[in-house]
Amino acid sequence: MSLWLLLAVNSVTLGGLLFLLSAGFSLIFGLMRIPNLTHGSLFMLGAYFGASFVIRYHLPFWLAAILAGLLVAAFGGLIERFLLRRLAGSEQAQVLVTLGISFMVADFCLMVWTGDPISVATPPGLVGAAHIGALIFPIYRLAIIAIAVVIAAALWLLLDRTRLGAMIRAGVDDPQMARVVGIRVSRLFTIVFCLGAGLAGFAGMMGAPILSVYPGLDADMLPLALVVVILGGAGSLPGSLVGSFIIGFLYNFGQALLPELAYFVLFLPMVLVLVLRPQGLFGRPVT
Amino acid sequence: MSGKRVALALALLALLTAPFWVGGVYYVNIVSQILIYAVFAMGVNILLGYAGLVSLGHAGLFGIAAYATAIALSAGLPHSAAILVALIATVAGTAVFAVLALRATGIGFIMITLALGQIIWGLAYRWISLTRGDNGVNVVARPEILGLSLASAEAFYYATLAVFLLAVAVCAIFVASPFGASLKGVRDQPRRMNALGYHVWGIRFCACLFSGLLTGIAGILFVYYTQFISPQSLSLTSSAEVVLMVISGGSGTLLGPLAGAALVVVIKNVASAYIERWNMLLGAIFVAIVIFMPEGLVPGTTRLVRRLFKGRAARAAEDARP
Amino acid sequence: MTALAIAKLEKSFGGLRVTRGIDLAVAPGERRLIIGPNGAGKTTLFNLIAGELRADGGSVALFGQELTRLPSRRRAHLGLSRTYQIITLFPRDTLLRNVMLSLLGLSGLRWNPLRRLEGQRHLMAAAEQALGRVGLAHLALRPLSETSYGERRRVEIAMALAQNPKVLLLDEPFAGLSVDERRDVRKLLAGIPRDVTIVMIEHDMDVALDFAERITVMHFGEIVVEGTRAEIVADPRIKEIYFGE
Repeated sequence: MSLWLLLAVNSVTLGGLLFLLSAGFSLIFGLMRIPNLTHGSLFMLGAYFGASFVIRYHLPFWLAAILAGLLVAAFGGLIERFLLRRLAGSEQAQVLVTLGISFMVADFCLMVWTGDPISVATPPGLVGAAHIGALIFPIYRLAIIAIAVVIAAALWLLLDRTRLGAMIRAGVDDPQMARVVGIRVSRLFTIVFCLGAGLAGFAGMMGAPILSVYPGLDADMLPLALVVVILGGAGSLPGSLVGSFIIGFLYNFGQALLPELAYFVLFLPMVLVLVLRPQGLFGRPVT
Repeated sequence: MSGKRVALALALLALLTAPFWVGGVYYVNIVSQILIYAVFAMGVNILLGYAGLVSLGHAGLFGIAAYATAIALSAGLPHSAAILVALIATVAGTAVFAVLALRATGIGFIMITLALGQIIWGLAYRWISLTRGDNGVNVVARPEILGLSLASAEAFYYATLAVFLLAVAVCAIFVASPFGASLKGVRDQPRRMNALGYHVWGIRFCACLFSGLLTGIAGILFVYYTQFISPQSLSLTSSAEVVLMVISGGSGTLLGPLAGAALVVVIKNVASAYIERWNMLLGAIFVAIVIFMPEGLVPGTTRLVRRLFKGRAARAAEDARP
Repeated sequence: MTALAIAKLEKSFGGLRVTRGIDLAVAPGERRLIIGPNGAGKTTLFNLIAGELRADGGSVALFGQELTRLPSRRRAHLGLSRTYQIITLFPRDTLLRNVMLSLLGLSGLRWNPLRRLEGQRHLMAAAEQALGRVGLAHLALRPLSETSYGERRRVEIAMALAQNPKVLLLDEPFAGLSVDERRDVRKLLAGIPRDVTIVMIEHDMDVALDFAERITVMHFGEIVVEGTRAEIVADPRIKEIYFGE
């Protein structure tokens, strides 16, 4: 019995990480219609930076994670400002440039950190397990869930209660109209891209104690983020949340119960949802 | 226009005489690889360039063809039968692919094809009784054409070249045909085409089938070339690579796929011997193409050459599509 | 036999009822004008007739043939053509190529992947002729992107006429045109033979009233009043609808 519970907790944890990763992707795609295929690399970059901050510079875990997020956010801003901005509306060019950048980032990481996987220790204070009744839960995994919920709430507040959030929502709903009304769409794009990138980088470091950091992390995470966003609906925060947890569960339970058919379990529901409802669970219907 | 003819004639001559000037068996194999990936890229280009549909799952179709050939051969079928089985399997697989993926366009299409490609990759990995999983399947021998063995690099190269040239010819006919015009119309203004009496879904579906056929041909060539197939060749990375070949070479052009294939294969296999960070180089080249030649290598180079040699009026006259 | 018969046509978007029980009968060869303020549901009506929107209720028939369940593309084959408010043509192609695509839409040739399109002499001749009918034959090889807005509007009409429709739906054909261009289009429309029935949506009253034989006035998704030109011009309700009470 407790095995299922542990699996469930791990699923929720993975869901939390996926939410941090895909919320940014969903906002970027929803607002700017850019399929940001560098998103997996940004996650990996954040993990490598964070790991270095902890291991080489002995910074405390949380400081390292935040710094890593900020660094990746800045990098994201540069990408958006100098490359993506000139490619508005040209989907093929966006695909080419984002994949090109992900190649470069992946190779850069390989060059700097070599091919050996790096383990990051669980932050002190969150080591070990909590005993709740007769059940045992690893504390760090619970912490990730808590952080994901906090950030989800913060994002929701941002989108729902602030002017910036209103502008983002307006931009997602109708970019032309948003411009007409005077919203500085290009600045908004940069802010959202930085936010998405920063979340991805932060998520990378958050996931490091569990997933470790290795070349290929980007290629492992990107398809999951894409699946979450498509399942949940681009530009929808509740969609990313629900989608992340569904995928978290499908991935973990699929691996555990049907390792032979792990990919079927993960991708078949996505295909079904898309076939029946191309805009995803929470997305706006496509005209 | 005659400048273009001269360039094409020279290129053809270069390809026909390649084994004599590339400098060794290793390089003959490289050119074979370029041509195989060019056919693969042409298949993807039918959808990407002419139908406006980006597929990130074509490596799955490529894999179906390669595995079907290898498995049929190891089951004892003769080469011609194995190739036929592979083509039928690929087109059937493509039909299923298309029925599911064409429920959406744009990003939805990309995602469904990604998922389907991953499912096929997963099957290749896990259906061990059929595919031997990670171990892959070997192809013992290449076929003989009219009594001539294709075992040598040069012989195989010429067979590949023949298939490549045939594929280019077929694509050229396709693009210039009424169906090709219908497809391009559906790419540009699907709503208008619908109102004009065209069957938009049907046109896209047929384009998918043609795309799958070309991809299958490439897969068959590939498995005879390497004489081995493993799940690696069906990964998302492979699908992404061939999409990059098409976009960087110039989507919606006949020779763009060849240029893109040449770029990626040369950097991966040749430059990698001299530069350790060839992945970064490739990424940087893609970014550079987007900045300086966003329409792709072939249209971009043509534009540059024309700017150097021709006047404005001549260029404008050529730009109008009749 | 009515050219276009619409009965109790209904359409809602979510809770908003945009088309409320429309009944309309257009006689063969008639020149019908549909007017009404913005948001009255005129273009929605056209979209329902053309099949681009699925009706929630009611029926549409073309010369007695029931269209309601048929997909949009089938209706083109049965003799229904339309133009759009916003021009959605093929800017990188020449005018000739644009019209050829229109002709190809009704031809079985459109499925042929083997013949050369450029070699289809009869198709090209027919396309040239269609361009000639709107006075643009001299621009046949010009790319659409290098023509004026007025010329593009005429290409729209050429493309619709090229399909030899029985019923032609024109959605604001005069929108955005200069005085001279309006005159050209008016002449063009006047020259269309009576075997084509025309239904037109328009805002420009001068030109449209000139053209129309019967006028249907819509407001809030319903038909408010219908009659001959003289009747409508004299009707006080029209002023109310356009200028408020």
